[in-house]
Amino acid sequence: MTYSNKPLIKIENLNYAYPRRGAVLKDINFELHAGDRVVINGDNGAGKTTLLHLIVGLKKAKKGDILGFGECCTTEKQFNKLRAKVGLLFQDPDDQLFCPTVLEDVMFGPLNLGFNKQQAIKMSIETLKSLGMQGFESRVTHQLSGGEKRMITLASVLVMAPEVLILDEPTNALDEKAKLRLLHVLQALPQAMIIISHDKAFAKQLATRECELKEGCLTERLIEAVAVA
Amino acid sequence: MSQGLEHSLTSWSGQALKHQVSWIDNLDARVRVVCSALFALVVVSSQQFSAALLGLLLAFMLVKASKLNIKRTLRRVVAMDLFMLTLICVLPFTTPGEPMFTVFGLGASWLGLSHALLITVKANAVLLVLFSLVATMSASTLGHALAHLKVPDKLVHLMLFMVRYLDVISTEYKKMRRAMQARAFVMGTNRHTWKSIGYLFGMLLIRSVERAERINDAMKCRGFCGRFYLNDEMKIGRLDIIFTSFFLCFLILLIGLNFYDLF
Repeated sequence: MTYSNKPLIKIENLNYAYPRRGAVLKDINFELHAGDRVVINGDNGAGKTTLLHLIVGLKKAKKGDILGFGECCTTEKQFNKLRAKVGLLFQDPDDQLFCPTVLEDVMFGPLNLGFNKQQAIKMSIETLKSLGMQGFESRVTHQLSGGEKRMITLASVLVMAPEVLILDEPTNALDEKAKLRLLHVLQALPQAMIIISHDKAFAKQLATRECELKEGCLTERLIEAVAVA
Repeated sequence: MSQGLEHSLTSWSGQALKHQVSWIDNLDARVRVVCSALFALVVVSSQQFSAALLGLLLAFMLVKASKLNIKRTLRRVVAMDLFMLTLICVLPFTTPGEPMFTVFGLGASWLGLSHALLITVKANAVLLVLFSLVATMSASTLGHALAHLKVPDKLVHLMLFMVRYLDVISTEYKKMRRAMQARAFVMGTNRHTWKSIGYLFGMLLIRSVERAERINDAMKCRGFCGRFYLNDEMKIGRLDIIFTSFFLCFLILLIGLNFYDLF
């Protein structure tokens, strides 16, 4: 594996605790480089989702630093800049799709980035097309199937052209066919990824690195056979 | 109880009332909203039966024009009229005036009855106009129309979000209800039922709040900072101008009918 010198995301001595549950994350150190696809394993409630939310600043760390693209992020404004480059895919697609129609939902990101309407529509349609979801523009979001919802949420993240993708259990509630489709799409993407997945087979085919989150500590596990993309 | 709820409210996910395509669909959404609002204002403040009845007539004509499913529309109207029936029963006894008859020493007045009837006519007229003009568009169109009419953003978003997540939350409600039924829960009038239903609604509330937080997070992740963008343009056409002018003339007629001195 070839590492470029500068990590895209670097986490230093990160600590987090929930009010009545005690420490969830203790002194986490982590680096993500371009081209990495890191799978994070861990039991339910180990703090995997918490870690992802900390990276994009949805939760505030009790102690420690998050460096995104070389810059230390602490304020909401800094995280806002980071979030444009780090796309987070939520566990439940229904949390992400809040607009009445697919096109409006995919356009939401580019509009927030300051593109005008025509540009946003063009970008959205191109992204949908690249994921094989052309013709879905005027569909109503809550009437889509689980697999379709997942692809649309991916489109709504990819349309912002992020450099890092963070996937929180992307295969949740998908059938085999939809899973396979998602796998092929993800394998073809150039972005560095952090993936949480309880689906061993799915994770194995994507991962270039594997980490384990246990009792608040993140440890790197070596994998013998590197999956070929 | 739950069944009525599922039919009327929770299964609604923002779609328009079922109807065939008509020229009303070609009208600009803003025109429809403004016209029905003005109509409601004029009819509700009318004092004369003639004005209210004429309004009702117009409402019937609009329902016919918008090709609503008559049977379904009537079912909805009846739901409201049942409520109006209690009004007709109660109002004569509480309004002083010339007595019609007496029950247990309580006098029912003619004035009260006419009041109740007038209110019923008004309510039906407004409801039918709302059905034909407003309910025939989808909730998102209505939201955008309101936004274009400079209704505060917050209210519009509140409405659009409600429409979007009503379905999700009702699915969650149904899921929990089914899980309860699967464990042999039967609704009755006892302590166990009240407690369980209380838990059900409490849990629904908690889940809704948590979901709202997650949605907010998801929006932040896509760079949201408090501003929405509307992606449709609305244009006033010839049909809109003709409809509006006819409608306004009719409203002026209704207002005129309230002043006998004019003629």
